[in-house]
Amino acid sequence: MREKLKSVLSVNDFRRKIINVTMISLIVISSLVAIFPLLSVFVFVFQKGFSTLSLNFFTSLPAPVGETGGGMAQSLLGSAMLIGLASLIGVPWGIASGIYITEYGHGKSAWFLRFSNDLLMGIPSIVVGLFTYSFIVAPMKGFSLLAGSIALGIIMIPIVSRSTEEILKTVPEHIREAGLALGISRYRVILNIILRGSWGGILTGVILSVARISGETAPLLFTSFNNQYWSGSLTQPISSLPVQIYTYAISPFEDWQKQAWAGALVLILFIFTINVTVRFIFRKNK
Amino acid sequence: MEKSEELLSVRNLNAWFDNFHAVKNINLSVQKNDILALIGPSGCGKSTFIRCINRLHEEVPKARVSGEVLIQGENIYDRGTDPVKVRRQVGMVFQKPNPFPGLTIFENVAIGLKLSGIKRKSILSEIVEKSLKQAAIWEEVKDKLNQPGTSLSGGQQQRLCIARALAVNPPILLMDEPTSALDPISTARIEDLLQELKKHVTIVIVTHNMQQASRVSSKTAFFLMGDLVEFGDTSLIFTKPKVTKTEEYITGRFG
Amino acid sequence: MVEELKNLQQLKNFLASMGGYVEESLKQATQALIDRNPNNHENVEKIEQKINECHLQVDQTCMNLLAKLSPFASDLRLILACYKMNNDLERMGDHARNISRGTSQYLSKKEIPHEKDFLQLINETRSMVKDSLDSFVNKDIEKAKEVLLRDDIVDELKNTLTIQMKELMKKDPDYVESALDFILFARNLERIGDLATNIAEEVIFITSGDDVRHGGFLK
Repeated sequence: MREKLKSVLSVNDFRRKIINVTMISLIVISSLVAIFPLLSVFVFVFQKGFSTLSLNFFTSLPAPVGETGGGMAQSLLGSAMLIGLASLIGVPWGIASGIYITEYGHGKSAWFLRFSNDLLMGIPSIVVGLFTYSFIVAPMKGFSLLAGSIALGIIMIPIVSRSTEEILKTVPEHIREAGLALGISRYRVILNIILRGSWGGILTGVILSVARISGETAPLLFTSFNNQYWSGSLTQPISSLPVQIYTYAISPFEDWQKQAWAGALVLILFIFTINVTVRFIFRKNK
Repeated sequence: MEKSEELLSVRNLNAWFDNFHAVKNINLSVQKNDILALIGPSGCGKSTFIRCINRLHEEVPKARVSGEVLIQGENIYDRGTDPVKVRRQVGMVFQKPNPFPGLTIFENVAIGLKLSGIKRKSILSEIVEKSLKQAAIWEEVKDKLNQPGTSLSGGQQQRLCIARALAVNPPILLMDEPTSALDPISTARIEDLLQELKKHVTIVIVTHNMQQASRVSSKTAFFLMGDLVEFGDTSLIFTKPKVTKTEEYITGRFG
Repeated sequence: MVEELKNLQQLKNFLASMGGYVEESLKQATQALIDRNPNNHENVEKIEQKINECHLQVDQTCMNLLAKLSPFASDLRLILACYKMNNDLERMGDHARNISRGTSQYLSKKEIPHEKDFLQLINETRSMVKDSLDSFVNKDIEKAKEVLLRDDIVDELKNTLTIQMKELMKKDPDYVESALDFILFARNLERIGDLATNIAEEVIFITSGDDVRHGGFLK
């Protein structure tokens, strides 16, 4: 009897082990398959663009049509300015919204804000661009850095708001209570205690949203347009890396196409670096 | 026994969460430098009750309070009384030790002072040291005041929170199951600390642990489903309680 | 008897059965006197042994339960009372044994005319013991109070008998030896009565928390 039981159990054991190994293999393979597109994009763009990268690329303006050489310096600067100005709009607004939803909003109002936030996040960026066109570009009768920043800022707001909300939610309620119990007013509890403890997480959210908007192309087509020269004026069109890549990529000139690849590589590396750095630094801190 | 003033007086206190009547018509008082223990099964209203003493209950949406709470003779629920000011008079220590994240040990203790206007470093240092000494943790942290508050062990964190609450010099200290998340040795240290602390501050402690209530307090109040069932000297409540429900609870027949 | 007592109810039951042994011992000792049976002492010794074993076990149990349960209120009072009752019962057993020990010697001397007072003393003592134990088992505070009131009766009877014996000794010196033994029996019985009132006081303590010793009952 015991012998029979033993052999039945060992058959079951064996079957279980086989299933276990099979499942794990399937999961590992799936993960590898998922990484594959990422890797292949990287490798492909790298191959296409690396050779065109040079100091020249980063420092000179585009050459006239037909001539070789030249670079995307003004696009890099333009992107930096657009991102910077967009952050000035999107970050404070987004953080404030996130704080309100978590700390002050209760019941219906918080639900409504959160819902609106989600809707805003889901709006295609090209629609945001068109919106900004109607309200900023058309009245101003021209494309501009201002319009581009506003469009990007609008895209940033819900992202920053959501990540702020997520971070603040991880602060346990009794920390807030402890702050209030000390006789500190609510807004001070939020500013000096809660934000102070979660600034790392909020900053992470901000930086990741920066990474996100740095690749946005469609809204910029209708708002900041493009510029082949240096520009610093708020009311003038300004170049940006994604738009420049687009312009060069669909052009018939081989030189420009190569530069488009180089620009694409720079863009990918930028986003990749930000993501990795942010996660690395702030994982250690937690 | 010397005559002692009535530091805390609760009259006809009721509290609601929306329509739920959580605290029902409580009347009790606490003498200065006494320790009052609140016992009762989970959900009986003791935590809600103490949150009415520092006006924290009303921070919950749809919460309501009625009745009077007098601290040193003044009703904290008078029209026009600022809840923030009330809370400076009443310190609170929570069940889970909660030093503020991102702040050093020094900053944790000083923050209540700083945000009420005291900015001079010398004064802050003095008060921080005094509070940490009162909380019996000065020796362990005096050389690492700049380390994060969260770098301490659980028992130490809780003593840090006690120091933080004491720093603003409140006459009353509320403690909501302060040792239930701690190991027995830390628990014993904090219980010993309470005997010293009561010389400076009047204490109301909520506890699930009846042995703790009997060890630590001189008066005990038994809460059941929002009602104050019995209130009296700790030694009497635990040797011959007057109300049958009290007897049943403390001999473990329910709850 | 080696089985561990794990909770208060078991402790109570055990103490009740110890009381049963005491009652039996007292019955055996007094009946031997009434029946003039000089050969009953061995029975009483056997019961005495059991009583002593119980005595040890109850002490140990009280200590263990105090440590284990950290009891409060009526539970705490019960353990303290059991601890004391244990001693009262053990001494009752000793007194019964003393009576039994002296019986065969007493019976070999000049027979004292049996007064009805002596019978009454025996019955009264035995019923006090029974009632005090019953009040313990049934948490009957009224019965316990009754026992306290009857202590005076037993004292009276003992005094009466002592006077009677003194008269007898004066009248006829041949009675001296047996009269002295007789007085000692009366004293032992009176002590047993006192111990029964102790038990009654403890029962009142367990039930109401009041300490009625040293005249506290009269309030």
